[in-house]
Amino acid sequence: MIGRRSLLASTAAALAMPAIIRQAGAQSTFDWKRFKGQTITVSLTKNPRADNLQAHQREFEELTGIKVLSEQMPEQQQRPKMVMELASGNPSFDVTHYSLHVSKRVVGVGHWLEDLRPYLANPQLTFPDYDWADMSAGALRAATQPDGRVDSLPVETDIWLVYYNKQIFADRGLSFPQTFDEMLATARKINDPSKGIYGFVGRGVKNANVPVWTSLLLGQDQETVTPDGTKLLTDTPAAIWAGEMYKSLLRETAPAGVVGFNWNECQTSFMQGKIGMWMDGVGFTPPLLDPKVSKIVDHVGFGLMPAGPKAHFCPVFTDAVGIPMKSKAKEAAYLYCQWATSKQMALNMVNMGGGASPRVSTYNEPALMQHSPFGQEWLKTLLASVKIARPGLPEIVPVTEFRDVFGIALTNMIGGADPATELRKATETFAPVLQQSLKT
Amino acid sequence: MGTTTIGTVVRRTAAPRRRRNYVRRYWMFTIPAAMVVAAVIVFPWLFTLFMSVHDWKVSGNVYFVGIANYVHLATDARFLWAVARTLYFTTAAVVLPVIIGIWAAVCFARKFRLRGPARTLFIMPMMATPVAIALVWTMMFHPQLGVLNYLLSCVGLPPSAWVYSASTVIPTLVMVETWQWTPLVMLIVLGGISSLPIDPYEAAVIDGATPWQMFRYITLPLVWPFIVVASVMRVIDALKAFDTIFVITNGGPGTSSETINMLLYQTAFGYYNLGYASAMVVVFFILIMGLSLIVLKTRQQELTL
Repeated sequence: MIGRRSLLASTAAALAMPAIIRQAGAQSTFDWKRFKGQTITVSLTKNPRADNLQAHQREFEELTGIKVLSEQMPEQQQRPKMVMELASGNPSFDVTHYSLHVSKRVVGVGHWLEDLRPYLANPQLTFPDYDWADMSAGALRAATQPDGRVDSLPVETDIWLVYYNKQIFADRGLSFPQTFDEMLATARKINDPSKGIYGFVGRGVKNANVPVWTSLLLGQDQETVTPDGTKLLTDTPAAIWAGEMYKSLLRETAPAGVVGFNWNECQTSFMQGKIGMWMDGVGFTPPLLDPKVSKIVDHVGFGLMPAGPKAHFCPVFTDAVGIPMKSKAKEAAYLYCQWATSKQMALNMVNMGGGASPRVSTYNEPALMQHSPFGQEWLKTLLASVKIARPGLPEIVPVTEFRDVFGIALTNMIGGADPATELRKATETFAPVLQQSLKT
Repeated sequence: MGTTTIGTVVRRTAAPRRRRNYVRRYWMFTIPAAMVVAAVIVFPWLFTLFMSVHDWKVSGNVYFVGIANYVHLATDARFLWAVARTLYFTTAAVVLPVIIGIWAAVCFARKFRLRGPARTLFIMPMMATPVAIALVWTMMFHPQLGVLNYLLSCVGLPPSAWVYSASTVIPTLVMVETWQWTPLVMLIVLGGISSLPIDPYEAAVIDGATPWQMFRYITLPLVWPFIVVASVMRVIDALKAFDTIFVITNGGPGTSSETINMLLYQTAFGYYNLGYASAMVVVFFILIMGLSLIVLKTRQQELTL
């Protein structure tokens, strides 16, 4: 029986809880409220990570007293807008959310973002539990410029996996492939255009299609440029093998018109139950399990990226937040960046299926391990992928031009062109661009 | 006579003085307009010309390179293909709307029941936001899930790849452009037809002319100036077409629908190569001016005949 005294005591305790939490924070000598009253503008790339940040934005505002004006823009518009505003010397934002696999080097060469090492080393600015060392080695490497500057904090590491339709596999008595050769063979077995069923789907549209090819290339234990970023490795036998695999998968086993498919067309086709396998980022999971838009809610399988002839890797692409040097509210912006990349926000992001956490500790969270929001197969695939993650795109300044030039070669392959010829031609086209970029 | 003479003298001496005074006294009133024109037209143009003779990359140093960017353009296969595609797209996106627009104008010039609602329906595509309709068309073009292939299958026709194939992408984009901008041509030509006198038609009927002969020898020559105006507007609009192509194909598949506009946007804001993109802008401007002048010259020749 609940007595009057105990009821009053528990009510008083509940009312006092926020104050107790603030006291606890105060005991750790970190003052979240020190920039109370300031306003910061945050430019976000439209994706599930940005959704996560905006969904919890009010919590940050209540914690710090900082007003946040955030805006999401599609990446095709946000990327050039960010670069042009930073180059102008008068950016309209105090925090920018961007893709390191696209803009890291152009931002680094421009020296536009604040070096955050002094901030991370300052206990007055960095809260005790932030734990920079908790970031995975890959995330730390992605956030660090070649000269050692840390000009961004990683929000997410988007690993790629293979979504597959369990119903289609079960109907044909197939099991999930362990190698790329098996994947092609499986896709051929599934493919039945007369019934509107296709073995595989992946990005065919230029630029966006390059990560599919580089994912295959990682199976040859090779990336597209040398580690120092000065020489292309895009017309080697390994690269040509990856090109032939790409061509076979998309030309022989994908739906008509795949040459114009980006991830959204692939996702739509997959959700209609017409596709055996789809290779893409883990961040695209939630709609697949949403009965309002997906016809295969109960049949979605999550498979680890198959192995190649020489190696077994999973491509990874990193999102991050940074602070413009010209920002007038750098410290307040830094508090936002810390919060956005904190352990709790990383856990929130994984729980909503927004992507893989850049933090090691996320995968040791009992709450995540016991109650994975997308099932144990999803979590198991995610954990296995993180362990074999490797950058999916080269860290060079003209990465967009790289993706365009090789993306065009890949679309030509889907049209029937010879991979070796196309890759040699693209390599010849892009080599001078790369050399020119090294001079700047 | 004397008065007239005096009056004439007064007019000869006073009128030019007043004109001169206007210029001398009030020239400063043109300054605000001149400043606006200088700021938003002249300066950007001069700065574009300035950038076009430099190797100017965002985040990099700026070097003077003379006409190197222009020389590179002359040998850049991707740019030359973009020029060819632009001309192909423009030709089709001008000819089709003009022909269909003239036909529609002749139809709507005749009186029939529900002509008003029919006209309103016809001009609705022109009033829609290009990006919004581009998104709708994109969904309809989906090879497996789009409604267009479903409609084709209903009448026993095979599916088309629409914008998902290099061979059909530009005709498909022209179809969208025609759907949206034919109403504009129709409105201009309809305005011309409405202003025509009826006497020639009455004379033609008495002479036993057929409807086709009346259209060919009366209507067409008289509305020709309006058709030329509509054509000039369509040439400029089609050359500048960007939003629908950007949303529907982004220049793809591959580069099959990459017009000059798409390429220069990508060069400036994808590759951050502002110098080279500026050179493209200059060449593109010359192309637009050249084609517009050709069409206008055609009109002038027609008027002098």
